[in-house]
Amino acid sequence: MNLIKSTVALVVFMAVSNAAFAGGFEGMSLGEEMATRDCAWCHGQLGQGFATAPRLAGQTRLYIENQLVSFRAHTRDNPNSQQFMWGAAALLDARDAAELAAYFSSIAPEPANDGDATRAEIGRALFKDGNPSGNIPSCIACHGPNAEGVREMPRLGGLSYRYLRRKLAQWGQGYHLAAMQPMPEIAKHLEPEEIEALASFLSFVK
Amino acid sequence: MKVIAKSWGLPILLLFAASADVRTVLADDVRTNIASRGAFEAKAQYCGYCHGPSGQGYRGYYTMPRLAGQQSEYFVNQLRAFTDGRRGNTFEMKMARVHAVSQAMRLALATRFGKLNPRPFGGAPTEHVALGKKIYEEGVPEANVPACAACHAPDAKGAGTNPRLAGQLYGYTVRGLINWSKDRGQDHAHPDTSAVMLPVANSMSKQQITAVAAYLSTLK
Ligand code: HEC
Ligand code: HEC
Ligand code: HEC
Ligand code: HEC
Repeated sequence: MNLIKSTVALVVFMAVSNAAFAGGFEGMSLGEEMATRDCAWCHGQLGQGFATAPRLAGQTRLYIENQLVSFRAHTRDNPNSQQFMWGAAALLDARDAAELAAYFSSIAPEPANDGDATRAEIGRALFKDGNPSGNIPSCIACHGPNAEGVREMPRLGGLSYRYLRRKLAQWGQGYHLAAMQPMPEIAKHLEPEEIEALASFLSFVK
Repeated sequence: MKVIAKSWGLPILLLFAASADVRTVLADDVRTNIASRGAFEAKAQYCGYCHGPSGQGYRGYYTMPRLAGQQSEYFVNQLRAFTDGRRGNTFEMKMARVHAVSQAMRLALATRFGKLNPRPFGGAPTEHVALGKKIYEEGVPEANVPACAACHAPDAKGAGTNPRLAGQLYGYTVRGLINWSKDRGQDHAHPDTSAVMLPVANSMSKQQITAVAAYLSTLK
């Protein structure tokens, strides 16, 4: 079902981006032009994202730039990154990455709202104060009180539950260990239920 | 346990005239056992997530202070201040919860981080470093700002309850000095060591604060 949905979405967005292409990119910044042509068919129009290719709208500039570097360097090495992003980022130089990051970060993000609402309260408490007796730190300290991110710290609020759950679990499985510290270490120590709760809570944050 | 007892030998001598507070702390330490080496390492790693694995500090949404080389007595005092709710109430996270550890663990962590000596974190603006140095060494007599070196030592490594300031992160020092009266010594019926710094922080202008903070952030 979900597969069908994202395939339909993909086709629709390919059509939309092709239409935009045919009409030329008048009045668009370089970042918007590249995003519409090269990224929208997976990340959605206006970068609002899906469960597989996550939302980029409202993401912090430095985080986007860092991730594009890590795809090009193949240090972000989880299966979906290899399959989808290594190719998509291969030909982007630093200037392209900066333009794309500036464009996506300027778009107002919309929450995915796809988590398990019954776990959101537990997730909120974990996000705020961590679980010090289990040596899990407060996420707010780096990601901000509203999960809004800053500089290299990504915005997490409103990202898709399924994307977040996969991402946090994959650090524990040994992928993308070259990510900026200490995130891989923190994620490795999260219990599966803690991941469920955090990903659920975050998916609803506006 | 042995390690702790040993590393506290020297401070015990130095703090011969220390406050009753610290003597209780040391006595507690003798009585309490830290559960296990593994539990200690896991806790030190936890602290390092936010403060950096070598205690050099970290810039997230909040600026996490450098702990490396910090004076043990000051370090333990601050952890107690968080737990008692005397410090840290201007944060969105509950600092008492984030910093909740046993007294034995506080001492062991103070010793661990106190021994580390990574390079300063860096990244501060550089224009006013010279002015900051002057304020640090001489104060600003006409504005009632005392020389910081008098209490924090000429090399800014501190002593006892007077903290090390050398290598501290710029954003942390600035925020701390600006918010002093709101964030420290919040049990007004029982003034603590933070009262010593209150008049200093209150008499400093924003410009003086940023200059000193920039200077301190460069010191090894
Ligand atoms: C073929 C589909 C596809 C295309 C085209 C694509 N992406 Fe991606 N992108 C993905 C997927 C899938 C992921 C998630 C990888 C993972 O699970 O770790 C991703 C992840 C990302 C991330 C990391 C997001 C995060 O929160 O960590 C960034 C940044 C990104 N893409 C930027 C771009 C840009 C810029 C373009 C256009 C130049 C682009 N992508 C084109 C599929 C695509
Ligand atoms: C000490 C700072 C720090 C703390 C504390 C922290 N994070 Fe992170 N987090 C980061 C950094 C830095 C990154 C970016 C990693 C990279 O560049 O790949 C990140 C990335 C992430 C990502 C990837 C986002 C994406 O779009 O793919 C998730 C998810 C995440 N953190 C969740 C959490 C959760 C949940 C917590 C609390 C349990 C937490 N973080 C605590 C610093 C921190
Ligand atoms: C979730 C992030 C986080 C974790 C985990 C954390 N701290 Fe902190 N800590 C902070 C922040 C933020 C401050 C600064 C508060 C301020 O600006 O006043 C701080 C302040 C301190 C201070 C006062 C420093 C000074 O110079 O006054 C000490 C000591 C301290 N922490 C020790 C620890 C120890 C020991 C641990 C592990 C048991 C720990 N911290 C775990 C975020 C954290
Ligand atoms: C009379 C002694 C004294 C003088 C003079 C003094 N300080 Fe302090 N300072 C202290 C004490 C004591 C503390 C610890 C307060 C506490 O326990 O909360 C402190 C704490 C601080 C802190 C907090 C450190 C941390 O890690 O959070 C900063 C920053 C600081 N002082 C800066 C200065 C500056 C800048 C000056 C000079 C303009 C100065 N101090 C002058 C005694 C002094």
